Amino acid sequence: MTSCTLKKEERSEHYCESHSSMKIATFKVFRGDINGGAEVEYKVPVEEGMVVLDAIHYVQKNISPDLAVRWNCKAAKCGSCSAEVNGKPRLMCKSRLDDFDLSKEIRVYPMKSFPVIKDLACDVSWNFEVNKKIAPFTPKPDTDWKMSQRDIDRVQEFRKCIECFACQNVCHVIREHDLKPKFAGPRFFVRVAGLEMHPLDTADRLEALKDDMGIGFCNITKCCTEVCPEDIHITDNAIIPLKERVVDRFYDPLKMFFRKIWGK
Amino acid sequence: MSTLDRFEIHEHDVLVIGAGGAGLRAAIEASASGASVGLVCKSLLGKAHTVMAEGGVAAAVANVDKQDNWQTHYKDTIKGGKFLNNWRMAQLHAQESPERVLELERWGALFDRTQDGKILQRPFGGHSYKRLCHVGDRTGLEMIRTLQDRGVHLGINVYMECTITKLLKDDGKISGAFGYWRENGRFVIFKAKSIILATGGVGKAYKVTSNSWEYTADGQVLAYHAGAEFLDTEFIQFHPTGMIWPPGVIGILVTEAVRGEGGILTNREGFRFMQKYDPERMELSTRDVVARAIYTENKEGRGTPHGGAFLDISHKGADYIKKKLPSMYHQFKELADVDITTGPMEVGPTCHYSMGGLRVDAETTSTSVPGLFACGEVAAGLHGANRLGGNSLSDLLVFGRRAGVHAAEYSKKNSTLRKINEQDLQQAEKEMTRFFENEGENPYMVHQDLQELMHNYVGIFRTEDDLKYAIENLKKLKDRAKTVKIDGSRMYNPGWHMAYDLQSMILYSEAIAKCAIQRKESRGAHSRIDYPNTDPECGKWNSIVKKSSDGEMIVEKMQLTEMPQDLKKLFEEKELIKK
Ligand SMILES: Cc1cc2nc3c(=O)[nH]c(=O)nc-3n(C[C@H](O)[C@H](O)[C@H](O)COP(=O)(O)OP(=O)(O)OC[C@H]3O[C@@H](n4cnc5c(N)ncnc54)[C@H](O)[C@@H]3O)c2cc1C
Ligand code: SF4
Ligand code: SF4
Ligand code: FES
Repeated sequence: MTSCTLKKEERSEHYCESHSSMKIATFKVFRGDINGGAEVEYKVPVEEGMVVLDAIHYVQKNISPDLAVRWNCKAAKCGSCSAEVNGKPRLMCKSRLDDFDLSKEIRVYPMKSFPVIKDLACDVSWNFEVNKKIAPFTPKPDTDWKMSQRDIDRVQEFRKCIECFACQNVCHVIREHDLKPKFAGPRFFVRVAGLEMHPLDTADRLEALKDDMGIGFCNITKCCTEVCPEDIHITDNAIIPLKERVVDRFYDPLKMFFRKIWGK
Repeated sequence: MSTLDRFEIHEHDVLVIGAGGAGLRAAIEASASGASVGLVCKSLLGKAHTVMAEGGVAAAVANVDKQDNWQTHYKDTIKGGKFLNNWRMAQLHAQESPERVLELERWGALFDRTQDGKILQRPFGGHSYKRLCHVGDRTGLEMIRTLQDRGVHLGINVYMECTITKLLKDDGKISGAFGYWRENGRFVIFKAKSIILATGGVGKAYKVTSNSWEYTADGQVLAYHAGAEFLDTEFIQFHPTGMIWPPGVIGILVTEAVRGEGGILTNREGFRFMQKYDPERMELSTRDVVARAIYTENKEGRGTPHGGAFLDISHKGADYIKKKLPSMYHQFKELADVDITTGPMEVGPTCHYSMGGLRVDAETTSTSVPGLFACGEVAAGLHGANRLGGNSLSDLLVFGRRAGVHAAEYSKKNSTLRKINEQDLQQAEKEMTRFFENEGENPYMVHQDLQELMHNYVGIFRTEDDLKYAIENLKKLKDRAKTVKIDGSRMYNPGWHMAYDLQSMILYSEAIAKCAIQRKESRGAHSRIDYPNTDPECGKWNSIVKKSSDGEMIVEKMQLTEMPQDLKKLFEEKELIKK
């Protein structure tokens, strides 16, 4: 494959030809829908720098045009291409083939915690429903909108979230216990943290965190943090501080007393 | 039973097609004015192109450079667009973008800050002052998330993973839209009093592109068939800096913010070649100039090993780079094994943005079809022959809002839902199901050939012969695309989706090539090897494309409206003559 934008006849050969080794990788991809399915094996020629999503696209183009997969940016920016590669939730566009042992098969499955639609696409609509219930940004009435970078650094960390839902997928409260209606999941604790710690926000989401979003179900296993492709410290920076706020509010009698006197 | 009863039907005052920055901003505005709004998008909510925008949004808020004002932004936009812009759009854009950006902040967006706590701005190519409000290099994410959250709380109905394939009219006016659900392939009808198209661009017609699978000119072509006109389709922006190595990442964007933050371009001999092409602005020249410079360096044998140029920002230091360009740092580290804090990137031009698109009215964004509006990248006029970086995100906000206002107003005035024509429905259905009866080839093969053709013959540099060759071959591709064969069911079937997308991409590609032939000069992003100079005569008209009553594509020239005196005065005499 050649890379540059010159026309073929304009290129000096020396510069543009790559030497693609004809290595072959074996993929086992889940093909099926809500009624079941099976692994299908695909052999894909390996190119330098190739990622799992490239391999899936190769299959789509050359073998099975009806293979369902989501993607948009191919650069780890949109969070569309999450899947379980060899059992681990990852962005396919960020999973380099050189990180795998190509003498073994690479298994690609849809995220397990959400109902499969077809092949690698699953139904993540529940997440969008959760988001709707979070009280929106509510600024102070007479602010001059000045904020220091230092004060927003930590909030900007939360706002890096690309909604890949890998954290939702891996969290055992959702994955094993399927407490979906009662538990909002790490993605939305990150979102709430971004609002609660916004220097100019005034809304109060603590009661909702405790009751509707079930933050108490989280037992700080940190599995979510481990899979976040944006390296957001979900547990340490978002969940634990939120949990502390909830505890202070609802379970600490002394603080409750002072709060009554001083307000929020 | 009438045909209509077989379908799932939704009704709205305003239907917005496209949920990027433009569509979301439009939906918010229409909804805030009391209209019932439906918002349709091909991907999940929040995954549109807008999410990928990196460098920033241009608005003369003058937080960093106090001298900046709308007049200067206006001038920069017009000069960048080589005087082909719609002057009124450029004026509204420059005047209204500061307010639109501040509004985002009031809705919760968190831009990077200046020392005194205001929105920070960075320099960008073609902008006279530090003008781009930004969040590191993930400005689009901040913008789309802010709009998305604002939108869902207003109660907009969002129809995700739904693709519109036909606009429906009754008595010459918009009456609705026809589409399919990706999930199960079922058809759906939206009845609407007005429709806003915010479907983005066309980059997927090119081989090397920063654009996603969504960019297949759907909106442009939907409107074309409904009777709207294209404007200036020959102007396709090649962003000078895309990744060029390894093969899997070719085309992925390297934000202009790298140059905005001080990145230096060199050729294989270590020479800072922009000295030759634009000694004054150097790396911060406009995109057309930098893209051509890199191309020329390669053609003359001074390219880098993989056919591009070196772009180096490492002199800024690791901490600074990781803070201001975090996603570029990760992108190169993870996808190319390059540490940009210690060494250069290799970059080359990539198809990025379409300046052309639907012709709209500057004030209202309405197309020539009553009830049909368009905003964002799908619309044309603001950017002329070349868009300045950062001017797209501001475009989405300014004209997204305007589209929302005027579509809602139109729906109020035309307050009954119009009829859906049964014949149109049958035809729309047939257009989609016929592929399953075909015996032709795999649609991906046709797509690959289209991309090669456009890349090689309607790319950065053009000639009459190449363009004629392209038009001939587009005809063949059109025939092949009609007969592509689809396997499997209608359930989440990308091959089937591609079969439809191909029809739009090929039609729009034809418009690009035909306008490129008509424009016998070089201007902005349109470079003709056989007509290397800018011809003042050609600066007096825009290209127009429309469908004749017998279905043929008509290409014409339309007289540019004269800029009023008070705006003309902003330019120096010699600038006006040079155009
Ligand atoms: C990598 C990258 C970086 C960029 N960086 C910048 C930057 O820093 N600054 C800047 O100003 N600009 C930048 N741009 C350009 C800018 O991001 C885009 O021009 C802009 O986001 C387009 O917005 P939009 O709302 O018009 O369309 P999009 O955001 O692309 O949204 C289009 C929407 O239409 C929907 N759609 C399309 N067809 C159909 C259909 N048939 N049926 C239903 N829905 C449909 C899609 O699903 C999507 O929701 C960048 C572009 C890219 C690719
Ligand atoms: S830390 Fe909490 S939210 Fe994260 S995976 Fe563990 S239980 Fe789930
Ligand atoms: S917090 Fe991280 S893992 Fe979770 S959705 Fe956001 S980006 Fe993905
Ligand atoms: S395609 Fe966007 S994150 Fe992978």
